[in-house]
Amino acid sequence: MSKHDKRKRKKFSVGRISVYLFLFIASIVSMFPFYWMFVMATRPSAAYNSIPPTLTPGKLMIENFKKVLSQIDFFGGMWNSFVLCSVVTIVVLFISSLAGFAFAKFKFPGKNIFFVAILLTMIIPPQLGLIPQFFLISKAGLLDTLQGVMILFFLNPLGIFLMRQYISEGVPDELIEAAKLDGCSNFRIYWGIVLPIILPAFATLGIIVFTAVWGEFLWQFTILRDPEMYTIQVALAQLSNTHNIDFGMILSGVFWATVPLLVIFLLFNRLFISSITEGSVK
Amino acid sequence: MNSISKKETVNSIGKKEIIIKKKKFRSEEKKDMISGYLYIAPFFIIFAIIGLYPVLFSFYLAFQKWNGLSPMTFNGLANFEIVLTDPLFWKSVYNTIIIGIMGTAPQLVAGLVLAYLLNMAFLKFKSFFRVTIFMPYLTSMVAVALIFSVLFSNHESSLANYVLTHFFGLDPVAWAASEWGTKIAISIMVFWRWVGYNTIIYLAGIQSISNDLYEAATIDGANKFQQLFYITIPMLKPFIILTVFTSTVGAMQLFSEPTVFLGSDAFTRDEAMTIVMYLYRDAFRLQSFGTASATAIILLVIITLFAVINLRLMQGFGRKKRGVNK
Repeated sequence: MSKHDKRKRKKFSVGRISVYLFLFIASIVSMFPFYWMFVMATRPSAAYNSIPPTLTPGKLMIENFKKVLSQIDFFGGMWNSFVLCSVVTIVVLFISSLAGFAFAKFKFPGKNIFFVAILLTMIIPPQLGLIPQFFLISKAGLLDTLQGVMILFFLNPLGIFLMRQYISEGVPDELIEAAKLDGCSNFRIYWGIVLPIILPAFATLGIIVFTAVWGEFLWQFTILRDPEMYTIQVALAQLSNTHNIDFGMILSGVFWATVPLLVIFLLFNRLFISSITEGSVK
Repeated sequence: MNSISKKETVNSIGKKEIIIKKKKFRSEEKKDMISGYLYIAPFFIIFAIIGLYPVLFSFYLAFQKWNGLSPMTFNGLANFEIVLTDPLFWKSVYNTIIIGIMGTAPQLVAGLVLAYLLNMAFLKFKSFFRVTIFMPYLTSMVAVALIFSVLFSNHESSLANYVLTHFFGLDPVAWAASEWGTKIAISIMVFWRWVGYNTIIYLAGIQSISNDLYEAATIDGANKFQQLFYITIPMLKPFIILTVFTSTVGAMQLFSEPTVFLGSDAFTRDEAMTIVMYLYRDAFRLQSFGTASATAIILLVIITLFAVINLRLMQGFGRKKRGVNK
């Protein structure tokens, strides 16, 4: 009886309630800007400074979005971003897994030096080569093209590092030896044995790459100047680039550009969160 | 390149000798070697073109006077002199450091606290808290800057000013046009976007700490706070070093948030001009590619400096903790 009482008292202790309270406030702080963005996206521009603040959705959801469409090529931007991110993700997965396979399972002179060299490229700040990169893309006639943007993103040292980890831990040497005895070429081993085993790791790396490229701004902003080629980030940035600012319209654009990613995240949140920890902790 | 073609000819010779078993074994090794080089080649080829060459060219360009059109002329150290004597450059360094400190230091502390609380055994709705706290990280920097540009607009009764005036009795702030207003608004958006990310990393770190340590400490009579300071934080050292390092480097490269937050004023006002914005403005607004490259190299020096100082400080912090522990 007394034991039971003790447990009951502990369940409602001040400490526990304050932990819940603290986390609850943190959740509200995290979520509020999303909610407020939604509210503003359904209200006239002037709603942002009304007193008391407007905290309930209005009726202008469609009108505001129509204004976005008249201001920027929203769907074109979304499509460009989608194509950019998809191609980059596929190419990075291919390059990284192939290189990761080589580093994990083959012996060749200079292997460690090459691997360290790849890791060292991670510490180069991306701005260091920005200007020559711009002229290189320009000389190649790739300004205002998605190809010009994507080539830089193909470089993903973290991907090679992660894939090497997965392949050396996840693919048994015996399996490769056996395939070799059967006369499989190395590429067939990669395609038929290694790839199926590391598919889950592809999900992790794929999420890291896709979201990183989706949100990147400086490089896309530098290479894409023609409104028709804008990705969604560059297009969104144009919304605030006028002096006559319509806040309902701006947040409507941001809202519809953000929602797809958030929905995907809510569906696969475990995968997303583990991709972050594996991407940075391993 | 040359070595690969050489190896290919060796391989074709190896194929002829495939009948002899001993040699077959050797050709197998050679094949692996060739595959190895071939498979890592794509990265290095792309890197040589779009990574290494531009970086080296930046070092060359930093000593040239160039507007992008007329031929380059050698300029010696003049570009560095121009940048280093430009008050606006020093303003951008100052802005970057101030926003960097205000945006990341509180974020790392809050991330640590949140991760510690999220790991408490009794806690229910864990995944709810985790998902909501992590969600801001998924909004792109452009989206964050736009949302906050409305939240923190200059208007007297924008939401941020409403809270200031009605709940704290303070005067409204011109968030996009005052020295500290812009810095605070940008720091807050950096904080909001990244705190969940760091929480998740710390949480993974905390979960990797063996429970035995806590049990032993509980038996020895250590309370929760002592456990936090003498077990959790010291054991998290590698994770803390990682996050401090990446946030420091990230903070020095701040560009998107202030650029989008200030919109059309971004490159004409100086309250929130960061080093990368200064570089971008020199290059793509003023067509002064030599000084912009010099700025890029100075930025590299600054980042390296900060990274080294940080790592030193962090190592010191770990040692001290362990000393106290003994």
